[in-house]
Amino acid sequence: MPPQPPKPASEPSTAAAHLRAEEAAPHAGEQELVKRLRCGDDRAFTEIVDAWSPVMLRVARSHVSTDASAEEVVQDAWMAVVKGLGRFEGRSSVRTWAFRILTNLAKTRGVREARTVPLSSLDPGAPAGPSVKPDRFRTADDQWPGHWTPVGSPGRWHATPEDSSLTGELRDRLATSLTRLPGRQRAVVSLRDVHGLSADEVCWALGISASNQRVLLHRGRSRLRQDLESYVGATDGQDRR
Amino acid sequence: MTDLDPEPGLTITCAEVVELVTDYLEGVLDEEMATEVEAHLALCEGCAAYLDQMRTTIRLLGHVPVDSLSPGTRDGLLAAFRDLRPPPAEPAARGGGGRGPGPRRQ
Repeated sequence: MPPQPPKPASEPSTAAAHLRAEEAAPHAGEQELVKRLRCGDDRAFTEIVDAWSPVMLRVARSHVSTDASAEEVVQDAWMAVVKGLGRFEGRSSVRTWAFRILTNLAKTRGVREARTVPLSSLDPGAPAGPSVKPDRFRTADDQWPGHWTPVGSPGRWHATPEDSSLTGELRDRLATSLTRLPGRQRAVVSLRDVHGLSADEVCWALGISASNQRVLLHRGRSRLRQDLESYVGATDGQDRR
Repeated sequence: MTDLDPEPGLTITCAEVVELVTDYLEGVLDEEMATEVEAHLALCEGCAAYLDQMRTTIRLLGHVPVDSLSPGTRDGLLAAFRDLRPPPAEPAARGGGGRGPGPRRQ
């Protein structure tokens, strides 16, 4: 079988598909992978570096203060994996092991950088406003308080799914909006929706509770939806019916 | 418009639905509340559109490009792996060294 060309590391589906595949069959291919790594199979190493590093960078970035710092942490984690392979006993999956090394290093680095408070010890943060501006709902004196007003009611985004050029535009817009989210919301939304991690994996990687994870996910997604809605409304002049 | 007027029988408000939408999609609402949300969605075009927009947002997020290691870091790691890889399990360990790829049939 000819060697597969390495998939581009910037392809988001690579990491997601890989993680999900491993989730579905926890230790499938594990022994083979460890064996190849121990035998110095650099193609096996390249594959996991390319597949896991984007998620690792995102996890590391949630603990440290700069992108450069996150890259160094990921580099250190991989070095620890390479050096530790001989002693790895396979009692956990190699991916879980590698990610735990990463989160330990990232937390240590975060503390050393004297970030004011580590992410994991924070509550969801300052109370966020509602997900939708209150003036889009009927007021208390209306017959139906809390329901959409005719003008405030959302409209369908007609052209989005199949129109690739618009999809590309919206994707670019989302990429920008993501960088503007508060750090913890960005971390959770990125890991869940961009990298395709499960809720459990995100809690584990970031050291946050399930309810905290959901609050951050909700606030982040709600803000991004609002941002897209504004953008769609502004670009095609679509009225809200 | 009249077709946006809420129907009698909507036990939760639209303002509540937009705050429940993540829990709804995550499948963590209890059955009673999930039923309320679903019933509301069946009757409320605005909230149905809202949920649709949220799903579109999530789907588009799956296509946002991700950061990767810089080529320099990646190459450095690969070089270090070749250099530091543990000796093969065979007794005839040939010692560490910066030789080429490991024993692969390619």
